[in-house]
Amino acid sequence: MKFINKRNIIMALVLLAIAFPFVTQNDYFIHVMTLSFIWMIGVYGLNLLAGYTGYLSLAHAGFFAVGAYSLGLLTVKAQMNFWLAFVLALIITSILGFLVGLIALRTKEHFFAIYTLCVGYILYLVIDKWDSLTEGVRGLIGIPAPANIGPISFETPLSQYYLVLAILLVVILIVYRIVHSLTGRTYIAIRNSEDLAQTIGISTMKNKLEAFVLSTFFAGLSGALYASFIRFIGPDIGNIVITFDLLTYLLIGGIGTLSGPIVGTVLVVWISQQLQFLQDYRMLIFGPILTLLVIFYPRGIAGSIAGWNAKRAEKKLAKAQLDERFSQSTLAAENQVKEG
Amino acid sequence: MEILVQQLFNGLTIGSVYALVALGLTLVYGILHIPNFAHGALYMMGGYITLMMMVQYGLHYWLAILVSVIVVGLIGVLMERLVFYPLRHAPPIHDKIAAIGILLFLEAFAQYVWGADYQTMPTPYGQVIQLFGLTFTMQRLLIIIAAIAVMVLLYLFLKKTYTGASIIAMSQDRDGANLVGINTNRVAMLTFLISGGLAAIASSLAAPINLVFPGMGQLVILKAFVIIILGGMGSIPGAIIGGYILGFSESLGATYISNDYKDIIAFILLVIILSVKPTGLFAKGGH
Amino acid sequence: MFLETKNLSKKFGGLTAVNNVDFTVEKGKINAIIGPNGAGKSTFFNLISGFHPPSSGSIILKGQDVTNMPPNKIAELGIARTFQTTNLFEQSTVLDNVTVGHRLRTKSNLLDAVLRSKRLKREEEQCREKALEVIRFTGLEKVAGKLVGSLTQEEKKRTAFALALATEPEIVFLDEPAAGVNPDETEGLAQLMIKMVDSGITVCLIEHKMQMIMKLADKIMVLNYGEKIAEGTADEIRNDPAVIKAYLGGSASA
Repeated sequence: MKFINKRNIIMALVLLAIAFPFVTQNDYFIHVMTLSFIWMIGVYGLNLLAGYTGYLSLAHAGFFAVGAYSLGLLTVKAQMNFWLAFVLALIITSILGFLVGLIALRTKEHFFAIYTLCVGYILYLVIDKWDSLTEGVRGLIGIPAPANIGPISFETPLSQYYLVLAILLVVILIVYRIVHSLTGRTYIAIRNSEDLAQTIGISTMKNKLEAFVLSTFFAGLSGALYASFIRFIGPDIGNIVITFDLLTYLLIGGIGTLSGPIVGTVLVVWISQQLQFLQDYRMLIFGPILTLLVIFYPRGIAGSIAGWNAKRAEKKLAKAQLDERFSQSTLAAENQVKEG
Repeated sequence: MEILVQQLFNGLTIGSVYALVALGLTLVYGILHIPNFAHGALYMMGGYITLMMMVQYGLHYWLAILVSVIVVGLIGVLMERLVFYPLRHAPPIHDKIAAIGILLFLEAFAQYVWGADYQTMPTPYGQVIQLFGLTFTMQRLLIIIAAIAVMVLLYLFLKKTYTGASIIAMSQDRDGANLVGINTNRVAMLTFLISGGLAAIASSLAAPINLVFPGMGQLVILKAFVIIILGGMGSIPGAIIGGYILGFSESLGATYISNDYKDIIAFILLVIILSVKPTGLFAKGGH
Repeated sequence: MFLETKNLSKKFGGLTAVNNVDFTVEKGKINAIIGPNGAGKSTFFNLISGFHPPSSGSIILKGQDVTNMPPNKIAELGIARTFQTTNLFEQSTVLDNVTVGHRLRTKSNLLDAVLRSKRLKREEEQCREKALEVIRFTGLEKVAGKLVGSLTQEEKKRTAFALALATEPEIVFLDEPAAGVNPDETEGLAQLMIKMVDSGITVCLIEHKMQMIMKLADKIMVLNYGEKIAEGTADEIRNDPAVIKAYLGGSASA
């Protein structure tokens, strides 16, 4: 059954994503899917920090908003060139992330969650109240779609779909490489036991800060894309509700896994679409799901699958006993992916 | 000068509400070492149930509050049994996420049942009285008196009764308490009951001067967290003193600095304190 | 002077856990610290490995003052340690545990990871080699792919050794390495320690199993109530009246 291996599944998914617009021929579905991709990028950021490094930042939506508003203000009020503004938005968000992380990461667990909760709220409040800059509750309108890259324009839903998809694929590649490298191992070590990580010589502060800035970078990227895609933004995009939405996608999909963000976001967004009548009350269903999930299936969908695979692999290992099979067992252990 | 006194009185009012909410939060943290992120939802439910009792069933204000205290207290107990107890051995991140799930559910529930509009709670104490040449509303006076009464009752309960003492014992050393025969499960449930009740009282007292809406717990709970971090997680005097300090700061800040940004005062305080002392103001070692 | 402490003290509030301890770790030997329960042995380890800053006194490693260094810097300088309650990455395999143990000797950073640079590939290979090496050294070949959470106590102790060895240390501090392990397994761990010393690593351990210590240790220090009450070879310690008194409490048998 070598046909169903990771490589082929990934390629199939990518092809599916590319073919999607032609299959559905429906502008609304393309719109929803593009939005899902945008959220996914944010979820990957959340996952890197919470899933792999073990720090749950409740300020995530705040940085999403910073990215969105940076892009919005630079293009609308400062009339800056789109892509220049885009890059600047990412830089601004990352620098802010660095400064916040510097202080926030000196706190642990409960304090970190509460601290980031407050930072997120401060960001939201500032955007809401500083209306001379941000237009406050009135919202920022007229944000341009992405500018042309050479001859390619991005005015249509279709072109925007592929732009976002392309960026998403790059993001996934980057996260993949990080997670499967020594850096990824380091983050996971910190998540599993920060004290022990320090004992074996890992500079936990440096690595945590790195992961934090990365997560804010992805949040900002997601926000900037959102602003350009939806074309108008209000302070509510910095509301804690967004953080909770992303957290829900991540948990259902599988926290600390590579495919979790994809599975969770697509699943929840599309189920919410089906339950349109419940739109505002979707948390009536997803709230309890989140709680039940964390009690019974904290690893989410992708995580549980990875867990079963790992158990199967371990059973195979238990059968190998001879010294010669030592090289086999280490190879099999190597193939056990960093999924949790 | 008049304004100053008026604002100090205001601070006392706001502080009373904050102190009650923070007390509930700190009691739970003290025995379970869990920051209950769903506490804001308990606060919100408290307000709505009181409102519903008054408006739909015509109950008198105090009776409605009593019903609310019982119901929200029970919701708290359910939370402890169904969610926090199963998660007692899980990594701390799970408690927080589970609480968030409950919070989201309850907020959506409130919106579903009572609508998203901002509603007013009619109060039988809308009169205005004059004292020492200053104007106070009865309601605000009532908040202060009721809050202090509750705190005194709580203090007496904790210090003078066996059950109260067992809560204190458990907050100091859970395993030790277990060893001396204290039923830690019962104590946990009781603490959540009290915690919910406190939130309900705070919310019902404050509702007539604020509004009732699904998100009413969000801001209050954030500030309550700030308070218990400043005052010491698990410290009862800390919650009370912290609540009043914040109440005064906000009241004076709103008048003399800026009304728009008064909510930020709490968070700026937190940012400053945690930047300097990442373990909180009164770190008790261990952890 | 390889590693020495001068007047090292640690107070927790009113309690003095370690009181003015002067200790020298002999290079290439097995050094042991013993003492009754609560004597301050683990606290002493925590001071040396950077987990607690001392209240006073200094720690000097190869002439360098390392007194207030954070644990990760101390690890870089070549001091590794294990913990009394076995501290490992429980959700990972043995192999994954020891692989990340070598991380501190690598320089690859985020950029290397994203670009999959040559340096990253080289260092990943390096970590893998080191991991296999320490697994062979500690005899963990058969359980290399198992999750640490599913190991026996003895296997966990060995994994803790392996993890410490993966950091390429010059000194390894072992905190009760034979706790919860039966006599046969204890002998096995003792052999492992001798093997480590033979390969050039200095060992310093805390233990309660007296027979093991007496056979194994080249130099012993005895702590009681946070103070050093004796120091010397096994024979010297065995007959030291202060030591006997500390353990038996009261006048020694004639």
